[in-house]
Amino acid sequence: MNKLSSYIIGFALSIVFTLAAFFVVLRPGFFGLTSTGIVATIITLAIVQFFVQLTFFLHLWQETNPRWNLVVFLSTISIVLILVVGSIWIMNHLNYNMTPSDMNTYILKQEGMQK
Amino acid sequence: MNIPDKNNKTIFGFWVYLMTDLIMFAALFAAYAALRGNTFGWPTGRELFSLPQALTETFILLTSSFTCGLAMLAVYSNKKNQALVFFGITFALGIAFLVLELTEFSKFVAEGNSWQRSAFLSSFFALVGTHGLHIAIGLLWMAVSMVMVRFRGLTPLVTSKLVRLSLFWHFLDVVWIFIFTIVYLLSHV
Repeated sequence: MNKLSSYIIGFALSIVFTLAAFFVVLRPGFFGLTSTGIVATIITLAIVQFFVQLTFFLHLWQETNPRWNLVVFLSTISIVLILVVGSIWIMNHLNYNMTPSDMNTYILKQEGMQK
Repeated sequence: MNIPDKNNKTIFGFWVYLMTDLIMFAALFAAYAALRGNTFGWPTGRELFSLPQALTETFILLTSSFTCGLAMLAVYSNKKNQALVFFGITFALGIAFLVLELTEFSKFVAEGNSWQRSAFLSSFFALVGTHGLHIAIGLLWMAVSMVMVRFRGLTPLVTSKLVRLSLFWHFLDVVWIFIFTIVYLLSHV
């Protein structure tokens, strides 16, 4: 692929995915999505645009063997995923597992347990 | 990538630096994700963030990433003046982005919603401010590079520096995708 067309395609696709993400948030009723659906949609659009820019701007897959840039990239992404998903997972359970007393009463009620 | 062979190791080293930078941003994103609800009764993201402004900043940065790519095409085909014009446009767009971001920050601080107000705002300023700092450093680097292109021409050394600068600039736009999605859009869902 010619370099110029690569940048033009990347630019056009990024514009489309950016506008789509803003549209989904600004007109929440349009597709009849729930708020969980909207969150899932915009995060998916962000990941798609991430790969668009990696492909058309950073030319990550066009590297010839040995693909050291790609190897470093993939190991970094695995660290990033462990860091981000792990942090969110732990922090979201922190309130539940380290509970102040009034919160404890709330959880017991929520779980249908009687003290 | 279409670059001279002897520069490959330098560029690989720079790529490794970018990847460690990505891990730093991941830590800031994780902090933001964990703290974004902790407003302690002070304004939330929905009350503070303006989506039209976020969209404008996104388009400015995206366009600057595109013109940076066009500048590199001019560098590869040895068109010095064309490269300077495209880097000049990229630089101007970068300044515009930074001005918009600093306007937003100073507005928040003037309203009393600085990083001291809540854990949410601390993590917001840490994440978006770090990205803005990268943009500022990238602009300084770009200004110096343009002077080098102007006076030394597109020598192999200057070209290798420009390849690294363009990687840095595209990388900052990649990080911004997640900032506008997770910080700005998610606050309005």
